[in-house]
Amino acid sequence: MRLRRTMMFVPGNNPGMIKDAGIYGADCIMFDLEDSVSVNEKDAARFLVYSALMTLDYSPAEIVVRINDLSSGLGVADLEAIVRARPDVIRLPKTEAAQDVIDCEREIERIEKEAGIPIGSTGMMAAIESAEGVLNAPEIAKSSKRLIGIALGAEDYVTDLKTTRSDGTELAFARGMIVNAARAAGIDALDTVYSDVSNEEGFLAEATIIKKMGFSGKSVINPRQIDPLHRLFKPSDKDIEKARNIMEAIREANAKGSGVASLNGKMIDKPVVTRSKYLLELAGLAEEAEEE
Amino acid sequence: MKIIKPAVAGTLESSDIQIRVEPADAPGIEINLNSSVKQQFGKKIIQVIHDTLEEMGVTDAYVEAVDKGALDCAVKARTAAAAYRAAGKEDYEWRVRP
Repeated sequence: MRLRRTMMFVPGNNPGMIKDAGIYGADCIMFDLEDSVSVNEKDAARFLVYSALMTLDYSPAEIVVRINDLSSGLGVADLEAIVRARPDVIRLPKTEAAQDVIDCEREIERIEKEAGIPIGSTGMMAAIESAEGVLNAPEIAKSSKRLIGIALGAEDYVTDLKTTRSDGTELAFARGMIVNAARAAGIDALDTVYSDVSNEEGFLAEATIIKKMGFSGKSVINPRQIDPLHRLFKPSDKDIEKARNIMEAIREANAKGSGVASLNGKMIDKPVVTRSKYLLELAGLAEEAEEE
Repeated sequence: MKIIKPAVAGTLESSDIQIRVEPADAPGIEINLNSSVKQQFGKKIIQVIHDTLEEMGVTDAYVEAVDKGALDCAVKARTAAAAYRAAGKEDYEWRVRP
């Protein structure tokens, strides 16, 4: 399982931030060709992100590039460059419907064919940023096998709702839809950015809510948001111990050929096993999440 | 690729390099570099600019570069962006990362 607790935004036309992007330990680094780049600099940012991906090694982070949407007239040009530089994931902004993902996938597949890149090796994620997109989240989440996740983009969404960002009430429906749609499709759900980087308390309060809701992680716009988020997602020692005991009991039962495992006299249900595995993977203990 | 007008790419911010490409007065590629690390890395930076232009088929150009500690990949990217703007072209031949 790949952890996606943090997806760090890096403006695509900023060489200093591109140079340092790998040192902060974000699970995913998202180079942005869209909103953080002015219209006159789109070509320069494309050259810069392409050139960085061709040269620099950001492992073990997952590399994501946010392209411009296809209707802007810039998206296909972005794909021509970026797919060839082979990031892990192309992030599609402003996804309104499943067809947007399908159209983008068609272009990616054409470029993979032309470039001799294994078909299907470029992953995708879709950012949902409108009322229409939120209502279509279940179809969007299932629209392509390439999708690794869907994300909420809150700034455009609240504008579309004719409200503003406040305590999270305005995002409750969208978050519920997106996390549910993602999990129903077996993919990750990423929450939106928290823009007030100096307010760690507010950031953590929001992060706590989205973690409880089932989100895989959150987009971050400043490196200082990474460690607090990773700490928040880190399971407690007590929970790790409990998960270890459960998996140990499962392995013992499997070794004996027994179909039923129990711990302290209580039968262990399948959802408990699934949660324990996920918890150990979150704790960076994937090897202890094996059933055999 | 023919340079037909002056064009600039890049900024004067730290880790960036600003490249200005102009039509040449004389045949060949002439590069004028201003960099705080010119003593140490000047030759290398000029080589990267030169190689990038040559790869794109530019034979004649005058280049002014102001370096602020850019990595090679940024030097390449800014040179390519400036040259394409200066040539009025958009059909870059992107390579595939191995």
